[in-house]
Amino acid sequence: MANKSVFFNPFSKDNPVIVQILGICSVLAVTAKLEPAIVMGLSVIAVLAFSNVIISLIRNTIPTNIRIIVQLVVVAGLVVIVSQLLQAYAYDVSKQLSVFIGLIITNCILMGRLEAFAMANRPWPSFLDGVGNGIGYTIILVIVGFFRELLGSGTLLGFQIVPQCFYEAGYVNNGLMILPPMALVLVACIIWVHRSFNKDLQEKQ
Amino acid sequence: MNKQSNAYTIIYIIVLVVIVGTALAFTAISLKPRQQANADADKMRQILASVAVEVPGNEAIAAYERYITSTFVVDETGNRVADADAFTVDVAKQSKESASERLLPVYECTLDDSSVKYILPMYGAGLWGPIWGYVSVDSDGTTIYGAYFAHQGETPGLGAEIEKPAFSSQFSGKKLIKNGAFVPVAVVKAGQVPAGDADYVDGISGGTITSKGVGAMIDNCLQPYSAFLESLNK
Repeated sequence: MANKSVFFNPFSKDNPVIVQILGICSVLAVTAKLEPAIVMGLSVIAVLAFSNVIISLIRNTIPTNIRIIVQLVVVAGLVVIVSQLLQAYAYDVSKQLSVFIGLIITNCILMGRLEAFAMANRPWPSFLDGVGNGIGYTIILVIVGFFRELLGSGTLLGFQIVPQCFYEAGYVNNGLMILPPMALVLVACIIWVHRSFNKDLQEKQ
Repeated sequence: MNKQSNAYTIIYIIVLVVIVGTALAFTAISLKPRQQANADADKMRQILASVAVEVPGNEAIAAYERYITSTFVVDETGNRVADADAFTVDVAKQSKESASERLLPVYECTLDDSSVKYILPMYGAGLWGPIWGYVSVDSDGTTIYGAYFAHQGETPGLGAEIEKPAFSSQFSGKKLIKNGAFVPVAVVKAGQVPAGDADYVDGISGGTITSKGVGAMIDNCLQPYSAFLESLNK
């Protein structure tokens, strides 16, 4: 596969969230506000890119029967480093994300990319694959976070967007948007729109 | 070399774990001072929230130094304990000691209108994990000026509502000392009144266990301060 398609395919045609349906749990959990969604996306990009490169570099030395354990050790190490960095440099966000940074370890996208790509490819394509999939994941997170924060809280990144006169005229924030189930509905809507634009993703009747 | 042999596998994983472990230890040690500073600034923000001074995290230290004029530690009899730093007292640990053994931190706060408030920390258990808070008391020691509550992981929409001003603002004006005796503020179901003449606030509907936790926390953590508060009243 050309490097270009390795990088760009996960944005749409091979998106980890809306085509492969991986990593849904964290999409539900961290998208009530836009800011944690962006930080979570950046964290996943960083962890995914570096773990892909590291695993790709050592892929020929890993004993086959413990390869999953090796992958987990590498991912867990990187996740703890990211979590420590956030606590030191973005304390408020790290409090909002709380356990979900730690749960990147169990994010299916990571194990999926390591096992399916990094174990069989050279470091540079693996790096592109990691960043590409991370961005594909982040795109969905940001779209969902955008709608949930705008409709649920009337703000974006903490700034008031819906003007006060709307509230005075009887507009109310949609409390359902704050709750996790609404993320599932939004993801389903994104999948619906995405598939109707990509006929080749639709099953033959 | 046979990469599938047991010896290779064991040596491989040992080397890997040592490398990763070293990297983690290095990261943790080098970031520790910064993380501690962040945690301290967050604690200062929470302390100030109990006197209705809301500041963003990065201004907390400056605001803390401006409003908190002195800190000290008292014991159950209301006497000051020498050589103890109020800010570093571990309230979580102290709240499990018996009342006579406890170190009780007090933050003395002077507001913009130069009125003096005393801020007392609290720590207890909610439904899923710890809850904590700060309550500020007027300079005569009888009336609550404001309160701040926080939690680690109470149910969103139910128990987690204790951190909202709608809950904590109810505490303003409640009496901790009535007829010269200490009575903790009770947290009861909306519409009910507690036995005795204690002041009370409404708990959270659907967050009964968290509400009871708040009540128990106030009882447990403020009771030892009663001698200190009564001494203010004289």
